[in-house]
Amino acid sequence: MADQTTAVIVRSTPRASRGLWRDALRRLRRNGPAIFGLICIAIFILGAVLAPVIAQYDPTIGNLASGKQGPSLAHPMGTDLLGRDEFSRVLYGARISLTVGVVAVLVGLAFGTVIGAIAGGAGGKVDALLMRITDVLLAVPGILLAIGIVAWLGHGQIQIMLAVGISYAPIFARLLRGSLLALREAEFVVAARSIGTPGHRILVRHMLPNALTPLIVQATLALATAIIDVAGLGFLGLGPGDPRIAEWGEMLTDSARFLQSAPYLIFFPGAAIVISAVGFNLLGDGLRESLDPRLKR
Amino acid sequence: MLRYILRRVLGAIPVLFGLSVALFLFLRLLPGDPAEAILGQHATPELIKQIRETLGLDQPLYVQYLDYLGRLLHGDFGASIIDGRPVADSFLVRFPATIELTIGALIFAVGLGIPLGRLAARHPNGWIDGMVTVLSLFGISIPIFVLGYTLVFVFAVQLHWLPALGQIDPRLGVTPVTHFAIIDALLTGRVPAIVDSFAHLILPSIALGSIPLAIVTRITRASVIEVSNEDYVRTARAKGLTERRVNDRHIMRNAWLPVTTVIGLQVGGLLAGAVLTETVFTWNGVGSWVVTAIQNHDYIVVQSLILIFATIFLTVNLLVDIGYAFLNPRIRYG
Repeated sequence: MADQTTAVIVRSTPRASRGLWRDALRRLRRNGPAIFGLICIAIFILGAVLAPVIAQYDPTIGNLASGKQGPSLAHPMGTDLLGRDEFSRVLYGARISLTVGVVAVLVGLAFGTVIGAIAGGAGGKVDALLMRITDVLLAVPGILLAIGIVAWLGHGQIQIMLAVGISYAPIFARLLRGSLLALREAEFVVAARSIGTPGHRILVRHMLPNALTPLIVQATLALATAIIDVAGLGFLGLGPGDPRIAEWGEMLTDSARFLQSAPYLIFFPGAAIVISAVGFNLLGDGLRESLDPRLKR
Repeated sequence: MLRYILRRVLGAIPVLFGLSVALFLFLRLLPGDPAEAILGQHATPELIKQIRETLGLDQPLYVQYLDYLGRLLHGDFGASIIDGRPVADSFLVRFPATIELTIGALIFAVGLGIPLGRLAARHPNGWIDGMVTVLSLFGISIPIFVLGYTLVFVFAVQLHWLPALGQIDPRLGVTPVTHFAIIDALLTGRVPAIVDSFAHLILPSIALGSIPLAIVTRITRASVIEVSNEDYVRTARAKGLTERRVNDRHIMRNAWLPVTTVIGLQVGGLLAGAVLTETVFTWNGVGSWVVTAIQNHDYIVVQSLILIFATIFLTVNLLVDIGYAFLNPRIRYG
């Protein structure tokens, strides 16, 4: 009953579709929360890119005499134990979070897409084997897999990107494989097969483009998790481990001891993580809704 | 039903097997000589010799693995290189604290998430729904350690309402018997000890339970809204049943299914989250042990704990799936 009414409404507003992405973009623009998310992300990216311009101080050089000062006009977010300007550190921290988070998700996407495409495209024994491997990785819950990989690879930004990326790869692989399996018997795929298109071409040109949307949504949401996980690794002492780098998670660990005397040292980096994660979560949800208009909240 | 259970149990075995191979190789592929890499800065000639013997490093790789697997199956995970205690022994002392924390977080998430989800679903897109949506957005966007320190700052440092760290005030002199702080406190029969053990559990449970709370709320809301639009709910209302009866017998009974599955799926996240939560609240459980083990390069402990966490995670997922199949015959015969 309800479905019929919506169907009528849809038909009564004829408007030529301008392709999946254009339509999605139009719907996204009308999605208030997603726009708010985009603003959060824009602040985050601007802060990261313009850090050298905005920051008044070097994030790595402090003055011990002016340590642990509360927020003031000179230091809007105060200074940390070593007298370094917290605002500059949060800004430069955005660079680390952004690069490490984005690269980690890209690493996960790269591994996940290859595994998922081979599994979903080949099927049979290859699929079964690859899926057992993802099962093994998925058996280690959440951030624990990334923790284990960092413990193994050692400290450093590259290691963190790899660790977080690998821990996301099985999720992407599963998702892509699922969409590909559903597409195997789709009419346009059967049609391509029947005119003798080679298998790899069907996979790359016909099936993959149609299986990408859920992957893009998941990747956007994964950016939020990646920023939180990267900060989590830093917090646990598995961060870049480089005193020249301001990383949000490590900043929190350093400040935790002064919760009583300098709570702002927890508040500002914490708020930075939350705002960027909120941004990517809202954008991801918005993308999901605009790419799949059938889905209602 | 039995066949379904059997199939699922058999399906979990290759996964654990694969993981044990991966973790076995993890220790062997550490750079340099495995014994020296495992020992790191703690290496002494005697210890290296000892590790070489327990690992059987002079044997071929597959013999080493079979040896490792055999010991695993006997519950022998090896010993910590820091204090020399068998991993299994320390695990049994520390695991109760993690169980307490996880149960506390689950009670918080489910106890608050289901009513919130139902409340939000009553008037979809109304102002209550909006507030619940914002709350659950924050739940998944705020890292456990940020929320944890915020809670400590507000409720312990500023308001002095709740204790910040540990499981029980050591001045109360509760002797650990079961290593469950609350049960040990109950065993003393002293009211202050019991109250103290519960008070210590509140903040960590909220910190750890924030993500599951957000997820349980979202799923409950979506599920209740979906079921509320079903024909049989309209029929139930049309035939004049009271709203309460429609809610309890028609909506919730069917809305429960996805909610129970999602609750079960949270256990993995809770175990991983315990690593962060226990570090914030200096909770003496398995999670904080993972962190100290990594900081100390105590690789045998790290390896064993990852395997144990995965086993628990798989077991819980298995129980959830079986429970789900039990509740929903369509799965069983599907």
